[in-house]
Amino acid sequence: MPPATAPDMRSQMRQNDHSSDASARRKSPGQQSPAQAEGIASGEMTTVSLKVNGTEHTVTLDNRTTLLDALREKLQLTGPKKGCDHGQCGACTVSVNGKRINSCLSLAVMHEDDEVTTIEGIGTADDLDPMQQAFIDHDGFQCGYCTPGQICSAKAVLEEIRAGSPSHVTEDLTARIEVTEAEIRERMSGNICRCGAYANILAAITEVAEERA
Amino acid sequence: MRPFTYERALDPVSAAARAAEVPGARFIAGGTNLIDLMKLEIETPDHLIDVNGTGLDEITVTEDGGLRIGALVSNTDLADHDVVRRDYPVLTRALVAGASGQLRNKATTGGNLLQRTRCPYFYDTAQPCNKRAQGSGCAALSPGAHSRQLGIIGVSDACIAQHPSDMAVALRVLDAVVETMTPAGDIRLIPLKDFHCLPGSTPEKESVLMDGEIITAVYLPPPVGGKQAYHKVRDRASYAFALVSVALIRHPDGSGRVALGGVAPKPWAMDEADAELPNGAKAVMAKLLEGARPTEENAFKIRLAERTLAAMLAGE
Repeated sequence: MPPATAPDMRSQMRQNDHSSDASARRKSPGQQSPAQAEGIASGEMTTVSLKVNGTEHTVTLDNRTTLLDALREKLQLTGPKKGCDHGQCGACTVSVNGKRINSCLSLAVMHEDDEVTTIEGIGTADDLDPMQQAFIDHDGFQCGYCTPGQICSAKAVLEEIRAGSPSHVTEDLTARIEVTEAEIRERMSGNICRCGAYANILAAITEVAEERA
Repeated sequence: MRPFTYERALDPVSAAARAAEVPGARFIAGGTNLIDLMKLEIETPDHLIDVNGTGLDEITVTEDGGLRIGALVSNTDLADHDVVRRDYPVLTRALVAGASGQLRNKATTGGNLLQRTRCPYFYDTAQPCNKRAQGSGCAALSPGAHSRQLGIIGVSDACIAQHPSDMAVALRVLDAVVETMTPAGDIRLIPLKDFHCLPGSTPEKESVLMDGEIITAVYLPPPVGGKQAYHKVRDRASYAFALVSVALIRHPDGSGRVALGGVAPKPWAMDEADAELPNGAKAVMAKLLEGARPTEENAFKIRLAERTLAAMLAGE
């Protein structure tokens, strides 16, 4: 029996042909595509304009394209990583209109006029963001695969605390929220690091928080 | 993922009308659950109606002093809202106990109510599941199945899946009402307690929404006061679904309300159980979980629910 946790189960499922349940799906087989029938959209492709790291892009995409795949495959921004592709690992974390999201669980066509910031928009090798420098200084990674998502999330976490947004470990919902280890750990729980660099990630984020205070 | 066509709706009236008119249409808002299931081809819509532009993203105080929460208000924004934090803290507590920061930024109030179960057999398309493929059977009830996470009450021989939402448990204890728009353009008000269906022999039907009907808002009655708390017991300290969760509102005279999550196909509450609150956790759970039919693997949830409530009552 497969476990409820995802990765193993999901790799198994991809190998299935899904034919056993196809007949049970709620749709009429062989129907004309609604777009052709209604003349509403241009079939299964849609053109979308969005601003990524300050640059406007207009791309025509298969509707199925996730924001993550659009960034990586269409715009060659390979900073956001594909880990689980199901919103569980956080490697794909980017900022959209100032809020961190899992770009793998969002369709690119739903981001018309949105402003997206990826790790490439946060800093460069010659001009590192303080959070990037802190991850280096504290050895906040080993393989580095989860790091772009960790850094995008970490920057957002400090913003969220500063804005007074409560978390599961916030004791008083109406008081000012302090930056504590417990707050950072809880808020970073959507970013998994398989190398287990958590202690150093925590140290990096704490340092940036203290520098700012 | 199967191919689909896509359109953006500008208001709820046209969204509902289009959804009823286009075969195989589904609404999409945050998409955090639907896109996940589409990747696995458990959900296979032919057409998506993006409702993010319908303007349902406001939280307003109602004339009677309650709150109207637009269906598109994100879990983050709802948890952050000053009035919710002050007057409905059980709701903020439940929201921040769920998912991750990234997911709460996208997940919406309406979508959270409609999220599908996390039963591992619903997710595994190689397994029988009456909810996913009607009449194929329930793998969760087969010998040796992993049912630790699944429901213990309100379940049936066809399905023991649990509803995964934390938010809905708090809304249940707050006596929330769901506002919808039908394809004919009529507004319906559905008490949350009547919104979700029990599986019976039709586990694929999870709510009383009709085809094309869209959730437009959730109403909270005027604040009831009392001490409010939400305790969630799970296998990890963060970012995991509940084994058991308890939403509690308790007044100084000992009266109050209780709702349970993680144990049933819907948030689980009962007036008769609330009436037992002055008599303690054991008395409440004896009523609330009367007739429970757990599996061997999840029978622990009965004592866990009782002890969770006992801890909350003792911790005041």
